[in-house]
Amino acid sequence: MRERVLTTLHGLFLLLVAVLILFPFYWMIASSLKPETLIFRLPPAWLFRPDLAGYVKAITENGIVPALVNSVIVTAGAVALGLIVGAPAAYALARYSFKGHAQIQFWYVTNWMLIPVVVLVPFYLLAANIGLINSPLALILIYQTFVVPLVVWLLVDQFAAVPVALEEAALLDGLSRFRVFTRIALPLTLPGVVVAAILAGIFAWNDLLYAFILTPSTDARTAPVVMMGFLGGYIVPWQTVMSCAVMISAPVVVGGIAIHKYIARGLTLGAVK
Amino acid sequence: MNAERKDPLVKRLEPWFFISPSLLLLLAVGLYPTIFVLYYSFQNWTMGMGPPVFAGLDNYINALTSSDFLGSLQTSGLFLLITLPVELVLGMAIALALDQTRNRTLRRLVQVLLVVPIATTPSVVGMLVQLMFNTQLGIVNYFGHGVGLNQIDWLGGASAAFGMITATQIWEWTPFVALVLSASLATVPGEIEEVLTLDTESFWARFRYIKLPYMRPGIVASLVFQTIFTIKTFDMIYSIEKGGPGNATETVSLNIERVAFRGFDVGLASAESVLTLVVTILLAQAVVSFLYPDRKGAGG
Repeated sequence: MRERVLTTLHGLFLLLVAVLILFPFYWMIASSLKPETLIFRLPPAWLFRPDLAGYVKAITENGIVPALVNSVIVTAGAVALGLIVGAPAAYALARYSFKGHAQIQFWYVTNWMLIPVVVLVPFYLLAANIGLINSPLALILIYQTFVVPLVVWLLVDQFAAVPVALEEAALLDGLSRFRVFTRIALPLTLPGVVVAAILAGIFAWNDLLYAFILTPSTDARTAPVVMMGFLGGYIVPWQTVMSCAVMISAPVVVGGIAIHKYIARGLTLGAVK
Repeated sequence: MNAERKDPLVKRLEPWFFISPSLLLLLAVGLYPTIFVLYYSFQNWTMGMGPPVFAGLDNYINALTSSDFLGSLQTSGLFLLITLPVELVLGMAIALALDQTRNRTLRRLVQVLLVVPIATTPSVVGMLVQLMFNTQLGIVNYFGHGVGLNQIDWLGGASAAFGMITATQIWEWTPFVALVLSASLATVPGEIEEVLTLDTESFWARFRYIKLPYMRPGIVASLVFQTIFTIKTFDMIYSIEKGGPGNATETVSLNIERVAFRGFDVGLASAESVLTLVVTILLAQAVVSFLYPDRKGAGG
């Protein structure tokens, strides 16, 4: 009897958790489909005829499409650069023991822990000096402070799990270490590479602070910056804002769900298995 | 045996061939700007107002005597002190419920859903908060009214606004604690729990002597990383009210941003950054000694 009550309570609690997580999303999607006159109606309009005007306005009048394109460019660029420099580093950390090994690992952790605004002030001045303001390259570079640590830490364990015997056989056949890395280790860890790319991509895509300061011009703005721009006016066009919110958060929510098993490990840089 | 025939120097340099690109990149985008922060922190310089002038410790003295900066430190501290324990308790409750429930569908559903608040764009969360916490017409006050609460001016009242961002932070990051502790609980060997279940009916005993010890590393990890994530939080708070009303929700990060990019005082912002950085470095070192005491090269 007691057991049964407990089981029911656990179920109810978990159901409550699910509702608390989902309700804001329901509210965001519903608001994006409600005409402005219904958005603030109380009691809430639970049933209404969906209206796509918010999406239409966001796309045709408010330039969310070029901003989403900018976001894609910056995110893809940051992830690509992070993988190109990060994957070899992870491979070396997994395969070699050398002096300074622990310090190097510590250095990646330190970067993950950097407070963004601290790096931003001097980076902004630097970027202004060499003409990088409003260039996607500025964001691609500064995002490496979190992309590289995530990539390295997620991939070290992946590379360590590749059977050493396999690589040694290839080395005996005369392949160079680099070839072994690209031809054997990398293909075998491809699923891990995809997970690392998605996780790092989520953080790059989500950034507001760096983009807000480093790419402020109309042409260079990323999607979150454009969405924030709606707050300037007297009247906030909530339906359009929520339409943008749906478009911005959809890809990261899908990406997050795709890699949900690895989130805990990824964000703790491998401290949790 | 190819590898062993190589020149020892070449062999010793080999790992660096793989590592140095990422290292150089991080030095350029992470360390190099940080050194500049140190330099600017000793200069009196307002952006766009002539060249920097050496100012000695002036910026540090200003930072440490300004109620603005100290107030933001206090806000960050309070934010941390409230969110961490609440997230830990709630996250643990979720992890334990997931571990206990027999309803597989519900477990799968919640495990997947937990990722959603973490992955969602923080500025989107901020916009949604503004909409939902609207004083007269927001859904939060509507529900509050339904259970007999007075109308709260979430966006306009100082402590209400602070409560609002605290609740939002807890919504966003409790799932992280739950996921980490869930992973720890999955390491409890089934046989051990079975034996103890035969031995005692007490939930408390099973919790205290089996689950808690297995969760320990997860608790430490989630606390340490939560501390860092909470200090780093910017987008969510900024997109709601830019630290307002007044400076009720202005954490250290927002204060530095305001001083640098809305007040253009690079010197002061840099001194504040250095002070904040010192705290972060101490925290980072604590993390490493806590979490990776025995973590040497996996290949060596």
